[in-house]
Amino acid sequence: MRPFELTAPETVDAALASPGTFLAGGTTLVDLMKLDVLTPERVLDINTLPLQGIDTTDGLRIGALERMSDVAAHPGTYPVISRALLLSASQQLRNMASIGGNLMQRTRCGYFRDVSVPCNRREPGSGCPALTGANRMHAVLGTSESCVATHASDLAVALVALDARVRLVGSDGERTVALADFYRMPADTPEVETDLRQGELISEVLVPRLDWASRSTYVKVRDRQSYEFALCSAAVALDVQDSRIVDARVAAGGVATVPWRLPSVEQALRGAPPTQETFEAAAALATEGARPLSGNGFKAPLLRRTIIRALREVTEEDRA
Amino acid sequence: MDISLQINGKSERLSVEPGVTLLDALRERLDVTGPKKGCDRGQCGACTVHVGGRPVLACLTLAATVREPVTTVEGLASGDDLHPVQQAFVDQDALQCGFCTSGQIMSAVAAVEQDVPDVREFMSGNLCRCSAYPNIVAAVDQVRGADASV
Repeated sequence: MRPFELTAPETVDAALASPGTFLAGGTTLVDLMKLDVLTPERVLDINTLPLQGIDTTDGLRIGALERMSDVAAHPGTYPVISRALLLSASQQLRNMASIGGNLMQRTRCGYFRDVSVPCNRREPGSGCPALTGANRMHAVLGTSESCVATHASDLAVALVALDARVRLVGSDGERTVALADFYRMPADTPEVETDLRQGELISEVLVPRLDWASRSTYVKVRDRQSYEFALCSAAVALDVQDSRIVDARVAAGGVATVPWRLPSVEQALRGAPPTQETFEAAAALATEGARPLSGNGFKAPLLRRTIIRALREVTEEDRA
Repeated sequence: MDISLQINGKSERLSVEPGVTLLDALRERLDVTGPKKGCDRGQCGACTVHVGGRPVLACLTLAATVREPVTTVEGLASGDDLHPVQQAFVDQDALQCGFCTSGQIMSAVAAVEQDVPDVREFMSGNLCRCSAYPNIVAAVDQVRGADASV
């Protein structure tokens, strides 16, 4: 690891006034510093800042420094959120990683993580070996000629499905941004991953109240049964009344360059009965516009099936 | 930079570079060599220690950011009396080469304390290249069974 300066600002204002890279759980930053992918000269340890707390009074407010394990275990968390968290990483990493850090984690693309090869995300303009190389794990949605790396967070997929927003604090004040707008597709500037401005910090995550999200789930398909990133995942919440789907939320992970909301699937579900036929017809719309690479053509049918499985899981009682 | 750590109930003061991990501080500076350096990338779990009573990966933790007490495998036994989880690993022959064992035990202690519903899922962040997994699960079950009978 290259030498750097480490300080621990005592207030949010002090943190925002100091140039540097924020360190919370360190599970991304320390890893990528060891790999020389990230080489900050100044690191700000923000762990003592007052950005904790989980409030379920009206919807869900999660302080950015809450740890994944604590949020997963909180009784007021929607099932889709706790399941996405519990299917992420390992229990040690969940004890370390913060919610804000989870949302800011970097892609697991092997080319991004290897400084000996080109990568447009790491070194703009250097090229993308994944386009013709080992791309089995890569994205089929939201890709561009410059980058096909997937977004790695499970939590972000669940949050995007629930219309979550992030509160961002900066030296010029604070703002809130829909998480779906926070993430940027790569287009021709893959190095710009989020809407976060220089010096801004995620202070909390806001999930609007959605009572029927008590019927929600997160299904994750991966090469190993545990402790692995998603080949494909689906976050689903359904409002079913009198054998009709009144409303639906569907988002996908592991297949796209950003957490991928699926409004066309949701629209196809609304008003329909919760049947296998409905689910198949709706899931067929999930892969519209998908652009498979040489090694990941399986992800399109896998995504459709993963969505169907998640929909079946939350409607088992209705279909019994 | 000057830091102070609480390691297995003992206060330690040392001067480290900011990039020194808790794992390197323990092993190279404090001669606490129970936590092992396997991958050094947060993937294998051999470096698992408890910080503030919770399992974390010492290889991805910067020593200078540690503010809560640290417990390593050396801190579990009382003199010659092994911790019940340590004794269960002996009883169940839950290791072969032993390299992953201190990390396995630190996670297993948490599995027992939290009474987790699925031991294999909970322990998936501790890899064992000898594949002693069935006996590791048996060791956890042994302690949980003993707890249940009390």
